[in-house]
Amino acid sequence: MTRSLDLSRPVLIAVAALLAVMIVLPVGWLVVYSLSDKDGSATLGNFATLFTDPTFVDPLVTTLIIAVSVSLLCCAIAAPLGWLVARTDMPFAGSVRTLVMASLVTPPFVGAIAWEMLAAPNSGLLNQLWRAISGMPADEALLDIYSLEGLIFVIACYTFPYVFILVANALDRMPGELEDASSMLGAKTWDTARRITVPLALPTLLAGALVAFLQALNLFGSPAILAIPAGFHTLTTRIWSLFQFPPKPELAAAASLPLLLLTVLLLRAQAMALGRRGYAVLGSKYGEPRLIRLGALKWPAAGLALLVLAMPLFLPYAALFNSAFSRVASRIISFETATLHNFRFTFLELSSTMPALKNTFLLAVSSATVGALLALLIAYIVARKAVAGHRVLGFLATAPLAIPGIVLGVGLFLAYTRPPLTLYGTLWILLIAFVTIELPAAYQQLSSAFHAVHPELEEAGRMLGATRLRTLADITAPLLRSAVIATWCFIFVAVIRELSAAVILFTSDTKVLSVLIFDLKESGDVGAIAVLSLTMVAITTVVVAAANRLGGTRTAGRLHARAVG
Amino acid sequence: MTRKLTRRGVLAASAAATGTAFVTPVRAAPPEAQKITPVLIEGAKKEGKLAWYTSVDLPVAEKIAKAFEAAYPGISVKVERSGAERIFQRIGQEYQSKIYNCDVVNSSDAAHLIVWKRADMLAPFVPADVARYFPAAHKDPDGMYASWRVTLSPIAYNTKLVKPEDAPKGFIDLLDPKWMGKIVKAHPGYSGTIMTATQQLSRDLGWEYFEKLAKQKVMQVQSAADPPKKLALGERAVMADGTEYVVTMLQARGEPIAEVYAVEGTPLVTGPSAIMARSLNPNAARLFTAWSMTAEAQQMNVDVGALRSAHPLVKDRADRRKLADIKTLREDAATVADQADAIKTRYTQLFKV
Repeated sequence: MTRSLDLSRPVLIAVAALLAVMIVLPVGWLVVYSLSDKDGSATLGNFATLFTDPTFVDPLVTTLIIAVSVSLLCCAIAAPLGWLVARTDMPFAGSVRTLVMASLVTPPFVGAIAWEMLAAPNSGLLNQLWRAISGMPADEALLDIYSLEGLIFVIACYTFPYVFILVANALDRMPGELEDASSMLGAKTWDTARRITVPLALPTLLAGALVAFLQALNLFGSPAILAIPAGFHTLTTRIWSLFQFPPKPELAAAASLPLLLLTVLLLRAQAMALGRRGYAVLGSKYGEPRLIRLGALKWPAAGLALLVLAMPLFLPYAALFNSAFSRVASRIISFETATLHNFRFTFLELSSTMPALKNTFLLAVSSATVGALLALLIAYIVARKAVAGHRVLGFLATAPLAIPGIVLGVGLFLAYTRPPLTLYGTLWILLIAFVTIELPAAYQQLSSAFHAVHPELEEAGRMLGATRLRTLADITAPLLRSAVIATWCFIFVAVIRELSAAVILFTSDTKVLSVLIFDLKESGDVGAIAVLSLTMVAITTVVVAAANRLGGTRTAGRLHARAVG
Repeated sequence: MTRKLTRRGVLAASAAATGTAFVTPVRAAPPEAQKITPVLIEGAKKEGKLAWYTSVDLPVAEKIAKAFEAAYPGISVKVERSGAERIFQRIGQEYQSKIYNCDVVNSSDAAHLIVWKRADMLAPFVPADVARYFPAAHKDPDGMYASWRVTLSPIAYNTKLVKPEDAPKGFIDLLDPKWMGKIVKAHPGYSGTIMTATQQLSRDLGWEYFEKLAKQKVMQVQSAADPPKKLALGERAVMADGTEYVVTMLQARGEPIAEVYAVEGTPLVTGPSAIMARSLNPNAARLFTAWSMTAEAQQMNVDVGALRSAHPLVKDRADRRKLADIKTLREDAATVADQADAIKTRYTQLFKV
């Protein structure tokens, strides 16, 4: 490695140092703060408070109940649905699959707001409908979204697609011969499903359960919207409440660490569960899996799938559209009562709309660009084993996966509200947060893309005298074009909907769209929320559609499993 | 964090926590009253912008900002609206990080102004109208702030869900089991109006009132502007607290909502405004403040925003009871300044959030 112009060593060191700063600095400050009292001297008091004070213990227990329930509920929905879509002749299977993935475009906190419109006990549209049908008295309710069950349901609505994607993809890849053998040996369809398909899919399902658990554990937006009116906290909302006056960053840091540790442990468990999946596909090529004929159950199955899709998709969007065009969100609009008032207010009167849109757009573009380039560089170094020590980079690039958004927010806040780098109050701190949060998924996407590009092409370039960086720019990058574009769009979308880190890090001049929506939520401006949420989803949908066109159709399926919003 | 700015710490330095809202130690003669002069307008136009941190309901704040922009073209107002307690926290946070975004501040928790004044965070400025017309109870003797708005935190109910004869007459009525699960209320950790009201009610009715209210399965929202909106939606039948002007505005729009001025007395909430000492747009800040205290602007607060005004030339709305005819509870900002953290803690213990 002594070529005069090869920059690979300095680049490696620079990237490693950058990643170390990005991760070690916030986590380091978290640890320091969690072990300090108000005056900065060392103490274990914060942890004592954390595990004895009921205002911390209760949220901790609540959060665990939610995470376990969401995880089970997601598996109960995603496994049958994934099986129906991947392994049966259910009508519209392709559309159902696309729509489940499309439901991921909805930021979870927007989904929670929409479900408030639908299932608030008195004003909720579904409850009103039910009263009209059943004649139930006005002060009773069919559904109460402001409850532990309501919160679990709403989180599950926007989490099960992750499990669904894992399960459906695994079932797609499952060898058909094993099932064929079972049927040939005389087993009935259901026996085959029970004895062959389910055991083969189980490790994936377990991994999916862990993904759902992590999502529910680290989610901030939905609990903030549904739990607080109901009179309880989850761990994330409790951490956030510690930033109200008088702020208690020491306790916030201490309360963040259990989330961090639990996430690290569960990610290890998930890696193990997914690692075991290998045995199902060992061996040479297998046949296409056989589609099971549902017969008379075909249409009921399709109906069931559509009913499931109504929960994250049809119903919430109907409610959002209704609110966007209505003066009072709890009334169903007609042509006479529809109003553009909310649009006028949001885009012409509300002075924070345009700055927030500008900040969001600027951050999404810059985070996507920086993140994609950084991920590309790291993926390259690791995939081509370009320099000794490349493994460290791979580890560092994946490490942020273990840092929940709100924890990273707290860590960055502690790290950058002090000299030498007082970045609080600038867009830089948000850029760092978003790049850090999205790096693992971006890196994973691009490193799998690198495996598809044969090293011979690069070697040819290098033999002709080009440096590594030049080869990367002239040969590898163009070949990876579609993957890079997909990654870029992916980060763009994720940044637009990010709330949990932004809500800790924003100032009045650096407000982003998600924080603006959250602000409006707190003062109950439902109409403007509906308009902004639909705007946000529209932007996201356009970018996802562009990603699918430019980067091939598989990108939506790679949406990563980390807490957003 | 925010060590410089704890209310207790700031107040410990002074023993002047007397009973009257605006009594703080007089340092020197207040600055001379400032009229809106061509020089001031010129200077403001050169700066071209200002940021107004306020806790007034967002649609009202935006309308006021637009009216100012129309009166003085070329100066844009950025409205930063949140709950007063959030604004207080935000400004403390920003100042610690040496971020001076805020030019003019308005809080529905008058205690904040006392704390900021003692931390030397405010610039003295007395608009001509304040000097000439405002009663002493509504201006700081040192000229640091004056009541930009006055409001109340009444009870209210949805008239489709509750008949007038069944409506609660006062706060103690809300403890009746028939209101179980039907009450919405806002949060003193977010809203200055509610912080102020909570201090007055806990003083006059005792904390037992809140202990019992917490057992009524109350729907907890954040902003004082939200409970009236929840009533209009029909989501809850009664609000235990919330801001009066949103109730009036919804009523004027034809929503089924009616206010109740409690037999025990209704919490009175003044919302003073001030200019920040570190304002980067001092002329625009002065112009905006001077304009906002004029009889015309104050009248607009009442007509458009349904606020009450301390300006004697302003006519109150015909569609509701005059302030003088309402039994109000005594406001005590100095005590709020001293007790706010304890009130929040106690409230959180009772209501769990």
